[in-house]
Amino acid sequence: MRHILSILLENEAGALSRVVGLFSARGYNIDSLTVSTTEDATLSRMTIVTHGSDDVIEQITKQLNKLIEVVKVIDLNESEHIERELMLIKVRATGKDREEMKRMADIFRGRIIDVTEKTYTLELTGTSDKLNAFIEAVDRTVILETVRTGASGIGRGERILKI
Amino acid sequence: MQISGAEIVVRSLQEEGVEFVFGYPGGAVLEIYDAIFKQDAFKHVLVRHEQAAVHAADAYSRSSDKVGVALVTSGPGATNALTGIATAYLDSIPLVVISGQVGTPAIGLDAFQEVDMIGMSRPCVKHNFLVKDIAELASTIKKAFYIAKTGRPGPVVVDIPKDVQQTLAEFHWPDSVNIRSYTPVTRGHPGQIKKAVSLLAEAKRPFIYVGGGAVLGNAADEVRELVRSLGLPCTNTLMGLGAYPGTDPQFLGMLGMHGTYEANMAMQNCDVLIAIGARFDDRVISVPSKFTAVPKKIVHIDVDPSSIAKRVKVDIPIVGDVKLVLREMLDVLKATGAKPAAEPLAAWWRQIDAWRAPNSLRYATSNEIIKPQYVVETLFEVTGGNAIITSDVGQHQMWAAQYYKFDRPKQWLNSGGLGTMGVGLPYAMGAQLANPDAQVACITGEASIQMNIQELSTCHQYHIPVKLVNLNNRYLGMVRQWQEIFYGNRYSESYMDALPDFVKLAEAYGHVGFKVEKPSDVEPVLREAFGPKLKERLVFLDFLTDQSENVYPMVGNGKGLDEMDLPPHMRDAQAAESERDYGNLC
Ligand SMILES: Cc1cc2nc3c(=O)[nH]c(=O)nc-3n(C[C@H](O)[C@H](O)[C@H](O)COP(=O)(O)OP(=O)(O)OC[C@H]3O[C@@H](n4cnc5c(N)ncnc54)[C@H](O)[C@@H]3O)c2cc1C
Ligand SMILES: Cc1ncc(C[n+]2csc(CCOP(=O)(O)OP(=O)(O)O)c2C)c(N)n1
Ligand SMILES: [Mg+2]
Repeated sequence: MRHILSILLENEAGALSRVVGLFSARGYNIDSLTVSTTEDATLSRMTIVTHGSDDVIEQITKQLNKLIEVVKVIDLNESEHIERELMLIKVRATGKDREEMKRMADIFRGRIIDVTEKTYTLELTGTSDKLNAFIEAVDRTVILETVRTGASGIGRGERILKI
Repeated sequence: MQISGAEIVVRSLQEEGVEFVFGYPGGAVLEIYDAIFKQDAFKHVLVRHEQAAVHAADAYSRSSDKVGVALVTSGPGATNALTGIATAYLDSIPLVVISGQVGTPAIGLDAFQEVDMIGMSRPCVKHNFLVKDIAELASTIKKAFYIAKTGRPGPVVVDIPKDVQQTLAEFHWPDSVNIRSYTPVTRGHPGQIKKAVSLLAEAKRPFIYVGGGAVLGNAADEVRELVRSLGLPCTNTLMGLGAYPGTDPQFLGMLGMHGTYEANMAMQNCDVLIAIGARFDDRVISVPSKFTAVPKKIVHIDVDPSSIAKRVKVDIPIVGDVKLVLREMLDVLKATGAKPAAEPLAAWWRQIDAWRAPNSLRYATSNEIIKPQYVVETLFEVTGGNAIITSDVGQHQMWAAQYYKFDRPKQWLNSGGLGTMGVGLPYAMGAQLANPDAQVACITGEASIQMNIQELSTCHQYHIPVKLVNLNNRYLGMVRQWQEIFYGNRYSESYMDALPDFVKLAEAYGHVGFKVEKPSDVEPVLREAFGPKLKERLVFLDFLTDQSENVYPMVGNGKGLDEMDLPPHMRDAQAAESERDYGNLC
């Protein structure tokens, strides 16, 4: 099953490679990974999307907690949460595609952030599923390039990951 | 007053009460060696290979309550150290390894003797640090010791660039360590402990399974109290040997791949299992599904949550330090008077005694050829069961574990998790330095000993009078055994040809050597080697042993604990036994 893990870790050189090294050394999957510093510059927050049986996810969580620089780990799946991913997608926008792309961007609440005579670059945010749906919805041949950040997640309501 | 980074390293080690540093100099640690030259708070032991420095420091930890320290240079010094670090990591041994690194401006430029020690050691350390800022040097070393010895222990590497060693700064030794992201649990959850006690009280076929965690956590007294006060059967893993006395009647011997018949049968057929600092290793329970085929309730006490429910599901996990958790269990037991019912327990013991009766460690004795088991048994007699024993890896290691009965923890040092050939001699060095008054013997094989034989020179230099017991079967015996059993007697590259004359070799290094070829000479030669005359000398005993001897019992690949290959004298009995259904016992 797909799980989305939120990890708070010390913002130190090498901490990221410890997490990534753990996944490759123990044969766990990383579907996506995002990381950046938080409002507290000494801490980074990472979101890892992974999949595996409950036993594997339990081991992943325990192994992550064992890393000295990891402060806290939560499995967002355990309760209500919000997840968002950002995608930048460059599409061919000529002839009838130009109008069609504008329409699709509106439907998916995307924004056109760069325009040339032949292309649009769109910015879309949403769940990873929504971004997948967009890619499915448009004609594959007009997609020139995509870049996705991977999902970031946060708990709903009062559920807070902080030290 | 400002001192150099190198002097800060030395001062920090002094503050930690370090007694020995095992190391080898080179360009990137010359500053530190210069600082060592000017001090006399600790002694430096110059090994002959960095791998041995780490093994010796590891053994120093294993055989004492202190943290061993190794010091190596960058590049090849660091890579040579890696096998030692991985060996300590897999057995959860606390260790601090200081490595030199090229100067910070040179890092990343493929500088002379530059390797990414942090990257290379990352998967086999508990933690590692690259110290780039002199202001953090002392506090990092303090943290390294703290991390190494708390929680689940393990090796910590501190990589120090040469320019940091040269920079001047004030020395500030922090009073305490506070790492907000690292707070190991020590007290077990009281609710879980109560549950474990009631489960134990309801048991009809209880079994106590004790591992290296009980040795590391100094919990031998608590283990003994639990086992004795309730009259329970007990086993130790290879790493746990000595945690419960090996000569005690409630001890069923080691379990696992080369465990005794009774220990493995009890492990398989118990109804309540208390696992104490043991990690259900594949060499212990073999295939998890076969192990759980006989339903049992499991209590698992371990300081590392990730050891729990890793290979088998457990019913009552207790995260905490073994000593504290067992103490609390004992208190609850005393307060409630809870204990397993007498009659089923007696019936369980009758079953265990029936398993024990044929003695699965019996072997065919001989007057012609030296049996390796006989050498170990005689060593036990001659040393009064009191020696610290180290071993290398192979058949001799298993015979050492089976036939030397360890009554105390930290008396038995071997590489269980990584199975590193070559640890035996450096382990003996580290153990002897940590325990100067103890008799220390290394049970080794003619192949393993050659992996760190150069340390005979170190032993000579520092007058380390260990005794080497070489069970020389002219084979990579453990490999040969597998080839005999699983590869149709095709002994591919497992014969040890062109062996040196070990007696002459020992003499060349300034030691005493004996070659022993007759069974009748085994005891007298051992008595001489361990006698007062050779007390101060390293003695190399080269026993020419039976080449075809195999280690039994053996749980083969993919087999269950109740599907052991037994020694010849038990094979027929086994066929009859397997007809019985242990599930309905008691
Ligand atoms: C040739 C060969 C053959 C082998 N055959 C066998 C065999 O027949 N039988 C056998 O048993 N092994 C055998 N081994 C060894 C095996 O590979 C494992 O190393 C060993 O079984 C692990 O022992 P353990 O379960 O006690 O765990 P250890 O590796 O000793 O781990 C200790 C556990 O205790 C925990 N711990 C540490 N400190 C504390 C504390 N203070 N409080 C609570 N918990 C703590 C740790 O987190 C860890 O989970 C063999 C090895 C070799 C090389
Ligand atoms: C460094 C290393 N290389 C290879 C092995 C695989 N191995 C395990 S036991 C063994 C043979 C050991 O031979 P010896 O030391 O003579 O002991 P014996 O089994 O004959 O008692 C080998 C090659 C290992 N454990 N470690
Ligand atoms: Mg051999």
